[in-house]
Amino acid sequence: MPVVGVNRDKLFEALGQKYTEEEFEELCFEYGIELDDVTSEKEMLRKELAARTTGAADLGEASEEVIYKIDIPANRYDMLCLEGIARSLNIFRQRETPPLYRLADMAGKQMVRMTVKPETALVRPFVVCAVLRGIEFDSVRYNSFIDLQDKLHQNLCRQRTLVAVGTHDLAKIRGPFTYEALPPEDIRFVPLKQTREFNARELLQHYLANDQKLKKFVPIIQNSLVYPAIYDADRTLLSLPPVINGAHSAISLDTRDVFIECTATDLTKAKIVLNTVVAMFSQYCSTPFEIEPVEVVDALGDTQVYPQLDTRQMDVAVPYINSCIGLELQADKIAQLLSKMQLSAAAAPDGSSVVVQVPITRSDVLHACDVMEDVAIAYGYNNLVKTVPSTVTAGKELPLNQMCELLRGECAMAGFTEVLTWALCSHAENFSKLRQQDDGTTAACIGNPATAEFEVCRTSLLPGALKTLAANKDIPLPVKLFEVSDVILLSSQKGCGAENRRRLVAVLCDRAASFEVIHGLLNRVMEVLQVPYAADPDPTLQRQRQLLGGGYDWRADDNSPAFFPGRHASVFFRDRRVGEFGIVHPEVLEAFELNNTVAALELDLEPFCFDQLGRPMETQIL
Amino acid sequence: MAALQLETDLLAQVGAGQLADSAEFAEAHNVDHQAVVGLLKSLVMADMVVMEAIEHSRLTVTPAGQLYVGVAAPEVQVFNAVPAEGITLADLKTQLGVAGDVGFKQAMQNKWVGIDKSGGEPKVVRKVESVQDTVLPILNALAAGQEGSLNEAELTPLMRRKLVAKEAWKTWKVGKGPCFALQRKKAATELTTDMLQSGAWRDTTFKPYNFDALGLPPSGGHLHPLLKVRTQFRKIFTQMGFEEMPTNNYVESSFWNFDALFQPQQHPARDAHDTFFLTKPAATPASNFPADYLERVKQTHQHGGFGSIGYGYDWKVAEAEKNLLRTHTTAVSSRMLYRLAQEGFHPAKYFSIDRVFRNEAIDRTHLAEFHQIEGVVCDYGLTLSDLIGTLQQFFDRLGLKKLRFKPAFNPYTEPSMEIFSYSEQLEKWIEVGNSGMFRPEMLRPMGLPEGVNVIAWGLGLERPTMILYQVDNIRDLFGHKVSLSMVRKNAICRLGL
Repeated sequence: MPVVGVNRDKLFEALGQKYTEEEFEELCFEYGIELDDVTSEKEMLRKELAARTTGAADLGEASEEVIYKIDIPANRYDMLCLEGIARSLNIFRQRETPPLYRLADMAGKQMVRMTVKPETALVRPFVVCAVLRGIEFDSVRYNSFIDLQDKLHQNLCRQRTLVAVGTHDLAKIRGPFTYEALPPEDIRFVPLKQTREFNARELLQHYLANDQKLKKFVPIIQNSLVYPAIYDADRTLLSLPPVINGAHSAISLDTRDVFIECTATDLTKAKIVLNTVVAMFSQYCSTPFEIEPVEVVDALGDTQVYPQLDTRQMDVAVPYINSCIGLELQADKIAQLLSKMQLSAAAAPDGSSVVVQVPITRSDVLHACDVMEDVAIAYGYNNLVKTVPSTVTAGKELPLNQMCELLRGECAMAGFTEVLTWALCSHAENFSKLRQQDDGTTAACIGNPATAEFEVCRTSLLPGALKTLAANKDIPLPVKLFEVSDVILLSSQKGCGAENRRRLVAVLCDRAASFEVIHGLLNRVMEVLQVPYAADPDPTLQRQRQLLGGGYDWRADDNSPAFFPGRHASVFFRDRRVGEFGIVHPEVLEAFELNNTVAALELDLEPFCFDQLGRPMETQIL
Repeated sequence: MAALQLETDLLAQVGAGQLADSAEFAEAHNVDHQAVVGLLKSLVMADMVVMEAIEHSRLTVTPAGQLYVGVAAPEVQVFNAVPAEGITLADLKTQLGVAGDVGFKQAMQNKWVGIDKSGGEPKVVRKVESVQDTVLPILNALAAGQEGSLNEAELTPLMRRKLVAKEAWKTWKVGKGPCFALQRKKAATELTTDMLQSGAWRDTTFKPYNFDALGLPPSGGHLHPLLKVRTQFRKIFTQMGFEEMPTNNYVESSFWNFDALFQPQQHPARDAHDTFFLTKPAATPASNFPADYLERVKQTHQHGGFGSIGYGYDWKVAEAEKNLLRTHTTAVSSRMLYRLAQEGFHPAKYFSIDRVFRNEAIDRTHLAEFHQIEGVVCDYGLTLSDLIGTLQQFFDRLGLKKLRFKPAFNPYTEPSMEIFSYSEQLEKWIEVGNSGMFRPEMLRPMGLPEGVNVIAWGLGLERPTMILYQVDNIRDLFGHKVSLSMVRKNAICRLGL
């Protein structure tokens, strides 16, 4: 969720009321935003400096005015600045009515024009524009204007990949403008915050090497044959989107007429971004909420006028709203509630529906369910009467999970203590530390791990158990541990190419390797699973073996490099290998930094998921 | 001599009233006096005898004094070693060793020798013609045990010089105690099978049990606390009529994890920063997704439908094919709801508790994998009030009775509510879960009938467990760095009681 920092006193001024922190938190809670932190510029600077240096920090002239950090829901782009938060809350508290955003009457005036060149289709095809006339900035408004663009870039614009906003002082440039795509060497200009001219290729190299903030936007266009560029009638470069603007057209506190351009790979989002910026800052124009349109001539010669400020009309059935929330409200009451949420609404003449006008600030409203939610919020979630659905169903556990719940208890009763380790591990833990080669057919691999701890999905539970032993060397010996969890194996049986398998691992760590003890656990586990030993001559077991289609046995072999030669056996159920046990190889112990011997058992539990009559139960369901 | 025989003899002698001195008894029985004292003390503990101390003392030659017994006092040795022409102190000490050092000081004090510096190098010279050794006879007499012949005035200087010391010791006069008997009855520690069989328990004295100590810890295994809590949650769900979903598929396609949930392809959660994407198996080929459903999902994202305007972007199948480690168990819920629609809808309640994965740096409160608890109810005509009522029922079972709900945003639920509960322990409202009604854009493309609503909620398993068991670092709870002593000590989980 985006967090927006606003000056508390300015916010309260805009809300026409001072609140205590508790009162303000309460208001936020009701509306669905959250007061995340209370701080100040000075406090933030102090924390930042404290993180970097140890000595006494020089906080200079940093302001001590209180800043509220407010969590905004990710779909409310109109609340990413003080203006938007104040407007939403004022309307919610019915101090204001939603403003009517409108285009300036351009009759008899020349509309600013932006012409799009066909080459832009190769890199960043869309641009939409608008002009704010007679705006009055002060430092608070100006910073809020810049912050809003930042917040939009971070969220809706997906770090400028989808949309990038450029704002310019219209007095310093001259239309008509062109949106072009040119070879990087042909784009030469003095960028913002620089004093010399760069060509675009050179500039991107410069940012990659020197600019922590801007370098992350470089890859968006770097490998394109042509770079996007916006020029004015005198070939002055306005911007090299989505990276940087030209220095020439930079806005300042004195700027009165602002030209806004949003270039994009996603036209829908470009329109939302443009609408959000003009909806918020047209309130400071000489005629508030009036926006001067710009005509954009696309590569085919078709002309569109932006911004598109029309509200969208929705007819929402009253029974739909009531039946989803669990209320019985009349249409006019619903309309009244919706007006608190910036949705102008009126009851249809027959009262069966409400006619809702969705303004440009509410781009999150996609469906009648969004309107329904706003009715519920305006009504107050906590004012709803709790009801319990009459849905009658029977509770049921998944057979595999239920069996494992029971088996876990049995393992604990057998003297083993349960551990719970991660499904993700390093490649070495899963392979080389177990003296195994990765033949590429077993482990699912992660492409973008944040740390080297998480490179692959485990194909065995053993590394986790060994790591747990290594992390608990202070526990008196012997230590007996077990875990019932899933491993992940590549599988052609599954559409996604991998499947979970439920396994049991048990380890016994002691000064002398106790093969018999771990062997005894295998026998005990089979006993409680009602799986007879294949070679047991007891005739009473014969029936159970018949029911299951066979019993279990173990066969000595040395085909598992993680185990000590001559001290390893594979476990078979119905003649299929289902697990192994033995003494862990000393080199494996060394790799996991263990000083004492370890005996281990690992068993696939899924073949043992059958009901009381021995009938197999599905374990791989999805 | 056997210890038991010694005890018998000793008790017999005390019984006859004849044990005047324990040292004599020891000597008569040819055992170390300390052994007799040990035996006496154990008999005193049993109140069988009483002891009265007899003080003894005598003078002995110290180990330092032993050096001169039968030789000469060190100062005499020094005097004898000084020739007429004198000797350097260093040579004197080399010649006599320890005696030289000790003897020189004493000879100087006696003014028997002096230092002559007239010849340049200082030399030790004789100051008297001859000396008499008064120390040696005393040492010899003491070493021979003839203390009685010596007087105090002779002895004091030698005691000061630590050549002679006084040694004190005790022996014991022994009499009958209140529980005296000629044979000791041995107190037993435990009641034994043998005593039961022989009937000896009737005549046996038992040692008093130390009730102030803890008992022995039982051996045996232990269940992991997080999974104990999971077990209780499973019970609460099944008692409320919920059926468990099959969640044993950590590797999932973006399609089921995101697209099916109407989560747009540019959503930040689909960034590599938040989600583990796989390089192997890298993708689920689109042929694995039901073709008609895939088309409806695509249309709904791009252009809307079912009453929605959609997101208005170019939906790409390649993005949906990308494999990941599921970021929420709702990926399974989406598969189950699709399946329910295909099977022919019937009302259903589902739950799951299983692992989900987030590509996050780990710290005290965050892990890259954790357990999500999820509940889903699908039926005709479910309402937001039903969701609130269901949550109240569920959280009542957890002992969190005081709830309130905050509007929230979630791409696949509308309305969405964060669940807050008042914690008496922390004296504040804390967030305990998330909930909402699934969006029609998610449900209708699956083929769920008009009028069917689905309410759902989710919460983490780790956080309530950390609060219950007062674990403040999540890594102590889940993962190999778990504290095994914590696992061993943790209590039963009473959630749902």
